[in-house]
Amino acid sequence: MSFLISGGRVVDGTGADEMRDVLIEDGIIAAPRVTSDGAETIDASGLVVAPGLVDLHTHVREPGREDEETIATASAAAAAGGYTAICAMPNTDPVADSAAIVEKVWAQGREVGLVDVIPAGALSRGLRGERMADIGEMIRSPAEVRLFTDDGRGVQNALFARRTMEYLAGFDAIYAEHCEDDGLAAGGQMHEGNWSAALGLRGIPAEAEELMAARDIALARLTGCRLHLLHISTAGTVKLVRRAKAEGVRVTAEATPHHFTLDDSALESYDPHLKVNPPLRTHADREAIVDGLADGTIDAIATDHAPHSMEEKEMEFTYAPPGMLGLETALALTLTELVAPGRIDMARAVELLATAPTRILGLEDQGSIAMGRPANVVIFDPDETWTVDPGEFHSKTRNTPYAGRSLTGRVRHVFFRGARTVADGRVLEEAPV
Amino acid sequence: MSMLKHLLSMDQLGAGEITRILDTAESLRQVTDRPIKKLPTLRGRTVCNLFYEASTRTRISFELAAKRLSADVINFSADAKSSVSKGESFKDTAWTLEAMGVDAIIVRHGSSGAPHQLARWVKASVLNAGDGFHEHPTQALLDLFSIRERFKDLEDLHVAIVGDIVHSRVARSNVKGLVTMGAKVTLVGPATLIPAQAKDWGATIEHDLDAVIEDVDVCYLLRVQKERQNEQLYPSDREYSILWGLDRRRASRMKPEALVMHPGPMNRGVEIAADVSESQRSIVLDQVANGLAVRMSLLYLMLGKPEDGVDVGASV
Repeated sequence: MSFLISGGRVVDGTGADEMRDVLIEDGIIAAPRVTSDGAETIDASGLVVAPGLVDLHTHVREPGREDEETIATASAAAAAGGYTAICAMPNTDPVADSAAIVEKVWAQGREVGLVDVIPAGALSRGLRGERMADIGEMIRSPAEVRLFTDDGRGVQNALFARRTMEYLAGFDAIYAEHCEDDGLAAGGQMHEGNWSAALGLRGIPAEAEELMAARDIALARLTGCRLHLLHISTAGTVKLVRRAKAEGVRVTAEATPHHFTLDDSALESYDPHLKVNPPLRTHADREAIVDGLADGTIDAIATDHAPHSMEEKEMEFTYAPPGMLGLETALALTLTELVAPGRIDMARAVELLATAPTRILGLEDQGSIAMGRPANVVIFDPDETWTVDPGEFHSKTRNTPYAGRSLTGRVRHVFFRGARTVADGRVLEEAPV
Repeated sequence: MSMLKHLLSMDQLGAGEITRILDTAESLRQVTDRPIKKLPTLRGRTVCNLFYEASTRTRISFELAAKRLSADVINFSADAKSSVSKGESFKDTAWTLEAMGVDAIIVRHGSSGAPHQLARWVKASVLNAGDGFHEHPTQALLDLFSIRERFKDLEDLHVAIVGDIVHSRVARSNVKGLVTMGAKVTLVGPATLIPAQAKDWGATIEHDLDAVIEDVDVCYLLRVQKERQNEQLYPSDREYSILWGLDRRRASRMKPEALVMHPGPMNRGVEIAADVSESQRSIVLDQVANGLAVRMSLLYLMLGKPEDGVDVGASV
């Protein structure tokens, strides 16, 4: 099956932004020809054609919480959101701390076949931060794990962090940190500031994130390990990353759509859908995140897609677990909140959502629509306005604070390894592989 | 006042509304001095005390207030954590009460914001009887009532609130109420117990009780919460008592007419010396008595037909 994507605005993440046709043939990007006999033509006039999006941070919940999400439903949600690859976080049950678990996740992703499911491995056994997980075995397994993290918790012990970085550096693998000092953050429900004081909710100070980010940057400098900071949320962390990069430390960072679209004032409603970890920070932090995304300090936009059941999210604020869905709104939030107001251009948006995550993970098959590359392509309408209806999500759960919100920018078609996974905004039930 | 569907926070009340609640409480208090202490106003209405935290005082006060107005009262006590572990959700409980047709839910909950969530789920009126560290509006109203009873006017009175402000819903509600009524509020205590952000609440922060004790009209002492002992917020109860406790020596430096208040229950010998709590200055028992009148007033204004005027004519 071949497809001719005609008349679209091609933004390929290399800085190019031009009108041209894209031909998909035998699963790869082919050279455009004068006649494309037999190819199905997709009219992309007025639409943007970009590399399929890559999410560095997805909680697929399988194995262990298949009531909340499975690799199949997460893959469908990802496809619907314009993604062709997702990095599955290891805080499952059992924890992905061995080759057997990551292989299972990887194989299940292949079985579903809507996106590449790239398992991240745990740094420590059981995410306890005490003994190293089977890092080398996970790297050598068919899943070829490249990114390791105890996400959901920060590594509290500096010696464990150092040793693990040293070990990972030997494989040129990535140490990814959920920056949170447990002592400072203990019992915290939201960002510590004026709003937490007024609302009577225990705060998590910005310093709980910044102390660990500073420690890890120092250790990355010491060990030469590649460091990736997950979901950074404060102005102070942005500053730390900016300085570390200037000094040549091998550090990358991601930020989530909720941290560049919302701030702690929204918590006035006590709506548990707004409870996330790290918490929504102040308006000034949010501005610093946007600046960091614009100037290159922050490398990538990652969703921290975290499905939670309705029952869990309708508990009292204090008892509700942190986390919100992200895969099906990330692109539209980026276009609405960053591109439309002119904070970043379309090329930078594609870089943040597709090419930079590809580069960080070292993926060969993603993040490019150059000739000869596997055809992982998203086509979206940058101007279509739609209203978020969680009832239409492909995820199993509905935990989003954006319900009812009007967003601009909608996914129309997605090609995954040359096969169509989304047509006219609809995820195809069975992806022809 | 009929526009006040729920009472979740003192933020909802302006000076006029507070005055109306206190004035109504004053009228209703006459009832409590009669041999037959009951009015027919809320006959046929049902009030539920939904308490997720143990609190004998507040629950009894609300229960008695509702009964004196002839409402039917049901009490629902639950431990939030065990309810959660049993899978019995807050929302299920809310809907169950709604299905039983209760007219008002008085809710006490350890989780800040729980009354706000409840108010989104039910048609009944929701009264916040204390949520987490957030607010305890009826405590603030009864405190305002008690102060007004002694000083007639709250304008320009100097009130010191002393102790653990960070973890106190009583402090948050009182600061809002006092500032709205034109009083001058000083928050006093160790720096670990006063949020830095409190300077934006319209109050002054002072860490030295001795620096303000001679100037205040009211010294409002908060309970030292023993359960926070392991959080390293101050070195010891002894040191707290020496620096921020109100003992006889400190109390003797207060203005002659100045009052001592406490929301109870008291830790005598820590934040307040036993003899000070029983001195002429202390209006702690007035606070309890006034709590009943203020809660009657709120139930009356929220559930009754206050547009007909306060009718305290006939007991039943």
